[in-house]
Amino acid sequence: MERSEIEAKLTDLLVDELGLERDKIASEAKFEEDLEVDSLGVVELLMAIEDNFDVKIPDEDAENITTVSEAVDIIVSKLG
Amino acid sequence: MSRVALVTGGSRGIGRAIAMELAGRGAAVAVNYARNSDAADEVVQAIQSGGGRAMAIGTDVGDAEAVTAMFSAVEEELGRVEVLVNNAGITRDDLMLRMSLEAWDDVIATNLRSVFLCSKAALRGMLRSKWGRIISLSSVSGIAGNPGQANYAASKAGIIGFSRSLAKEVGSRGITVNVVAPGFIATDMTAELGTDAADAAVEQISLGRLGRPDEIASAVGYLASEEASYITGQTLVVDGGLAL
Repeated sequence: MERSEIEAKLTDLLVDELGLERDKIASEAKFEEDLEVDSLGVVELLMAIEDNFDVKIPDEDAENITTVSEAVDIIVSKLG
Repeated sequence: MSRVALVTGGSRGIGRAIAMELAGRGAAVAVNYARNSDAADEVVQAIQSGGGRAMAIGTDVGDAEAVTAMFSAVEEELGRVEVLVNNAGITRDDLMLRMSLEAWDDVIATNLRSVFLCSKAALRGMLRSKWGRIISLSSVSGIAGNPGQANYAASKAGIIGFSRSLAKEVGSRGITVNVVAPGFIATDMTAELGTDAADAAVEQISLGRLGRPDEIASAVGYLASEEASYITGQTLVVDGGLAL
């Protein structure tokens, strides 16, 4: 899957699963500060990523995900 | 209630009554047991003969891997667990000065570690559903203390603090977390204490008798229901007035 494809799919997830506004989602946007996702919301996002991209994100990786682009990076690396 | 419920330690005593209560309210029920598969099968048959859905599942609920496997098996057979009743519990009573570390560890593992493991396993599905009920069985011993039960009382008090914390964490997602604290209920567990202890207890109970397992189960059934949607982080003491 191309990076741009992953970004588009992740954006859809953020809108559908977390109820975020599509036009606020930028690659450098921070989940907690910029997008007002609470800490439990980040956990839910990771679960949604696991389900929708069919990847496993271990807890130690999860700690490093604070922005949209970092989430894309992890998905890219897990999809190999 | 067309939900899937898992009752740990559901084959006997209070757990059995809870399994029957939830089935009576329309839930499909997974009846967890530690050793007594015959008793669990009997509960499953009783539910099925009443037209309900149920399964028995033998698992050591203090074992992390076994708990993960249990939730997978239940989800496969009945569906996603949305009502979790942490009921499994044991006693290893002794005066503190004589209590072995093993008696401490065994009780904490079965009564408290199991609550952590099962609640964690259940939460993922509940978050996806944006609905869930976690109800854990504490005890009046965990509130008032009881000589000879330092280990048991610690585990039961721990459940209350755990539940209040978790209630705050997941409340925004439609998941409620509550505790039912039974007093002196007539079960195999309390029968081990002997009739003298039971007679002495009855004198302290405002209602003048021991409780029945179904009287605990109805409280659990209420907390699991839609009617209890605005109750979370609470400990409902069901003891006939023992702790007053």
